[in-house]
Amino acid sequence: MSERASEPMSRCRPLVMGAVAYDAKVVTIWDGFRRWFADQGLPFDWVLYSHYERQVDDLLAGRIDVAWNSPLAWVRARRMAEAGGQRVAALRMRDTDQGLTSVVVVRRESDVQAPADLRGRTVATGAVDSPQGTLLPLSWLRAQGLDPGTDFAVRRFEIGVGLHGDHIGGERDAARALAAGEVDAACMIDANLLLFEREGTLPPGTRVIGQTAPYDHCNMTVGPSAEPDAVERFVALLDSMSYADAVVRPLLDLEGLKAWVGGRTAGYAALESAVDETGFYSADGHVTADDYAP
Amino acid sequence: MSPLTTTRLDLGGLGLDRGAHLLIARALAALPVGGRVVLHDAGPHLGVVVAAWCRANGHTFEAPDVVVRGRALDDRWSGAERAGSPSADGIVATASPSWGLAARGALVETGGPPADFALLRRDELWADLAVRLYAQAAANQWDPETAIDWAAGEEHPLPADVEGAVVQVMTYLIENEQAALAVPARFLGRIHPHYREVVQLLAVQVADEARHIEVFSRRATLRGGQLGTSSAGGRASLQTLFEEPDFTLAAFLLSVLGEGTFLDLLTFIERYAPDPVTAQVARLARADEARHVAFGIAHVEHAGRADPTLLGRLRSTVERRAGVLASTAGLNADVFDALVVLAAGAWAPEAIGAGHDRVLALVRDMDDGRRRRLVRLGFPADEAAELSRLHTRNFM
Repeated sequence: MSERASEPMSRCRPLVMGAVAYDAKVVTIWDGFRRWFADQGLPFDWVLYSHYERQVDDLLAGRIDVAWNSPLAWVRARRMAEAGGQRVAALRMRDTDQGLTSVVVVRRESDVQAPADLRGRTVATGAVDSPQGTLLPLSWLRAQGLDPGTDFAVRRFEIGVGLHGDHIGGERDAARALAAGEVDAACMIDANLLLFEREGTLPPGTRVIGQTAPYDHCNMTVGPSAEPDAVERFVALLDSMSYADAVVRPLLDLEGLKAWVGGRTAGYAALESAVDETGFYSADGHVTADDYAP
Repeated sequence: MSPLTTTRLDLGGLGLDRGAHLLIARALAALPVGGRVVLHDAGPHLGVVVAAWCRANGHTFEAPDVVVRGRALDDRWSGAERAGSPSADGIVATASPSWGLAARGALVETGGPPADFALLRRDELWADLAVRLYAQAAANQWDPETAIDWAAGEEHPLPADVEGAVVQVMTYLIENEQAALAVPARFLGRIHPHYREVVQLLAVQVADEARHIEVFSRRATLRGGQLGTSSAGGRASLQTLFEEPDFTLAAFLLSVLGEGTFLDLLTFIERYAPDPVTAQVARLARADEARHVAFGIAHVEHAGRADPTLLGRLRSTVERRAGVLASTAGLNADVFDALVVLAAGAWAPEAIGAGHDRVLALVRDMDDGRRRRLVRLGFPADEAAELSRLHTRNFM
């Protein structure tokens, strides 16, 4: 039994959510939601983590009830839960968490036309723990018959390790390295391709030579200690958040969604494979990547 | 899908890195929620970035080339309202704090912090004349450097005693103009921007006073000497202007009574100025002050039409101020004497006598002007005479 589960139950015990502090705005977002939940009659509190691994540890240990998890954190939480005979579930996700893709891009004048042309070249990625900037696009290249580190060199831009790619810096530095001619290709999420082209980080004429299949991103993971009634109320309130509501709209804008949608886990299959291919986590959710130190 | 809800958009090879999203958004705006835009001749890898753009903007992308309009924009603007209408005819009786700093007539998204403007009711600050006065004020701004022939000061050296009188008068004017700058400045940030003509007019009024302070200071120090004196009574009188928290009452005290009285004073200084620079600075300042007085009167008239009890409050204000100032000396004696010397222009007994007579005539003119303005605001003649008599001896 967890520490929290052994506490005497109280009607006032808040539902406690964990979030990772990848940006200062996280405080504004969850403080705003906390007040909104309280106004709707749901006692809710949140705690901040400096990286996802401790958040997942605490979720499974029952120190928090729900976790606003990255896709990689979900993969680890699921593995740990299943190995320990516990249960976690993806409650809700943002509408913007579904159907994302990552791309591999090259400069306009590059002689690289297809993934196979990357043999012997250097590919820039985000941080070691970035699903969208590293794990998924490298897995996609692996599926094209290229072994990262063997068939081509990988230059990782380790910004915000432990944040699972939430910090944009690694992908932006990869794009800068591509623009500067230091690498032959760069990996990034489709939304960052849009951003980097519009802000001029990537020069006009940048070409996409590969795109992953659609995958899903963050989800609100419920852990073993959560009270079912509180979770039910929490989900109902998330579903009731309307973009037409002037009170929650600024918070939805900051968090980058228009609506919460049902959580689904099929969109994490590619990431599960990527984690296995790289040995990032073991089957029971232990951190096994030897070059990962959040 | 009906042709009315499906439209074709030819992007001519333009990518989202060079503004294609504007064309897509424009096409979507013409469609209902669920309407489809079929993209043609899209730029390179447009499918990749349009999908990301759609996700961020609440639309749906259907590969390879269809954008389906979502409802996020409709939701965002569902409770929006217009902040009145753009022209001055469109001002409302009470401006909404939720409009904040939005332009008058703008479509204001709901949400955001309410703006903390204490003055948000039309009748407590407005005058229709503000529109015309602001245009006039903006057109009549003058450059202190070029509007005054400073070199003329060198060509007309004055006897030291007469120069001293001019410097004393300038010292007094600077002190009063500093009050005339600070009082509207204190109200400026408290007026809801919906009433922008009043805000603009007061902003120019503050700028007017800044120029007056500059030119009076420059005239005072033209010969490089020390400035004159500042009396405790004069400062006490000006202090009472700051203590009036009500905009209408402050405008009445400062602009109608104070600056109104100054119109006669500046006319007097221009008329009897012993040198051209003194005459010029008084003339230029007077033209600006006339505008300030005009707004003060127009606003108090407006407020009086909306509030029949206003005259009573104006009367109480004058009486209260007179009570506060009863035990003070009022006008700095040095200023009165300096006005006599300035109007005399020389130290011969007959010249001083004539100067004294002129200052007494000025005081009568000031009283006449105040009574005229008070009668215009609706006071009976005898009451106007009594209130004018109670006006501060410091003039402002």
